[in-house]
Amino acid sequence: MGKAWAFSENLNTDEIIPGRFNITIDPQELAKNVFCEIKPDYAPNVVVGDVIIGGQNFGCGSSREHAPIAIKGSGAKCIIAASYARIFFRNAVNIGLPILESREAAEGINEGDEIEVDLSSGKIDNMSTGESFQAQPLPPFIIKIAEAGGIINFLQTNSIEDLL
Amino acid sequence: MGTLVEEIFSQKAGRSVHAGEIVLLDVDYIMSHDNTTPLAIKAFEMIGKPIFDKQKIVLHFDHAYPAPNILAATNHKKIIEFAQKEDLPYLFKQGVCHQVMIEEGFVTPGAIIIGADSHSNTYGALGAFGAGLGSTEIGVAWVTGKSWFKVPETIRVELSGETQTGVYAKDVMIYIAGMLGMDGATYRSVEFGGRYIETLPMHERIVFSNMSTEIGAKCGLIAADQVTAEYLRENTPIEGPFEEIHPVSPNYERVLEIDVSTISPQLSCHPTVDNVRDLKELEGLDVNEIYIGTCTNGRYEDIEIAANLLKGQQVDSVTRVIVTPASQMIYKKAMKNGLLDILMDAGCTITGVGCGACIGRHGGILAPNERALTTMNRNFIGRMGSPLAEIYLASPATAAASALTGKITDPRNYLRQ
Ligand code: SF4
Repeated sequence: MGKAWAFSENLNTDEIIPGRFNITIDPQELAKNVFCEIKPDYAPNVVVGDVIIGGQNFGCGSSREHAPIAIKGSGAKCIIAASYARIFFRNAVNIGLPILESREAAEGINEGDEIEVDLSSGKIDNMSTGESFQAQPLPPFIIKIAEAGGIINFLQTNSIEDLL
Repeated sequence: MGTLVEEIFSQKAGRSVHAGEIVLLDVDYIMSHDNTTPLAIKAFEMIGKPIFDKQKIVLHFDHAYPAPNILAATNHKKIIEFAQKEDLPYLFKQGVCHQVMIEEGFVTPGAIIIGADSHSNTYGALGAFGAGLGSTEIGVAWVTGKSWFKVPETIRVELSGETQTGVYAKDVMIYIAGMLGMDGATYRSVEFGGRYIETLPMHERIVFSNMSTEIGAKCGLIAADQVTAEYLRENTPIEGPFEEIHPVSPNYERVLEIDVSTISPQLSCHPTVDNVRDLKELEGLDVNEIYIGTCTNGRYEDIEIAANLLKGQQVDSVTRVIVTPASQMIYKKAMKNGLLDILMDAGCTITGVGCGACIGRHGGILAPNERALTTMNRNFIGRMGSPLAEIYLASPATAAASALTGKITDPRNYLRQ
């Protein structure tokens, strides 16, 4: 179970992590400044297993991989948003950050709600309100990448055919 | 059975695939350039496995080449050393990556080409699947020869009619961007077709696939036909025969029908591509720089349009007018046929080939509060230099007409005479 941190529609990668911090790709270093301008209380208070809630077109803007790396480095378990920008979606998958798509869940969860997420079934429970939502389940290959900690780690010990 | 992207993927997968499925496909070529190759090298080295097939890797120097500063020079050096160490066969410094990919014959109908550049969609104009991916994925593909794709839904853009004099593919595409908006085709394949597209020469078709990126599309496809085959035979080292993959009983998410004969010259206005207006509404607005070039409109025919319009005349005395041929092949042909002489006599500055001013690193950087009218595909804030500058996008004809006056000018004023 984790706490929900809610963000607005069309959240861009500069709002996730401003360009000036992209001099490193170390997840912990990036996590120190994640959302620093739009939600400064996030980085000091986030707990492993918390959940990011977004609106539509989450992660738009530049294609930098630093944005999902920073979110993953902060300990967030996954993102639940109405939709994602295309390259952010791929980047998140490849670095092993699970992302679920559900407009209903994105609208039905408020900041601070306690959330239970089952990544393989896509079931999302809002323990604070008693509401449940069903996102598209994550395809097994995305779960495999996430479990390995990203595509690079996955390929260190597997071949790409093992994905499917 | 399926849309064009479903048909191309099915062919590669050896079975019938449909929108929504995730597929792992062999890629034919993996493209990257001086801006994105260094990060791909990093991912590749972290994986720690050998390259799958060196023949699939194509590296370009175009974004900041020759290097305008020490950082770029250091990156170039790193890439060269890597290519030498790995003995990579394809290293190009002949112009904008996408144009050179086509000229050198890497782009063929039915091919799957991924690139560490968002305008890799360009290859769709020749019936190939082209898509832009992050640098990590490029490093991954070097090792695996493959990439995963979610088969996209398709938006069909059905174009009919003939354009008026002075209206080009660029105007039509800007018009479409205005209709669909910047995220109007996110995750989607956009399929351009209809009578207008069928009769269009390749250099104009490329504009649609190239700018499908601007409406968020994963790819922008045009089915290969006779025009494609002839273009490839006449302009590239490859002979064919070429596959003609077509949509078969396709299921489209949405079909957009547009009669191009009603479209007049268009502008994408500061600060987004989908901020579209009829040129007429902004006629007379001062511009400080005209930039003709890029993977969208830096081809021979674009330069020819500008030269024909500027022949024997003088461009505005205070406006910078910069022409950057997209590739050496284009540069040579324009030189041989006297187009560069005409442009220089008219007062244009001709630069070396590549992306030039398009990314604001060299070749025509904008000062604060300047305004540019360009043939590029993007006008994000800060793209060409100062974040306080404005960028307007238009056709090469509009750019050339505006060069004469130093103000946004309707090309039809000059073409009709
Ligand atoms: S010309 Fe511009 S848009 Fe095209 S590849 Fe170069 S930088 Fe990108």
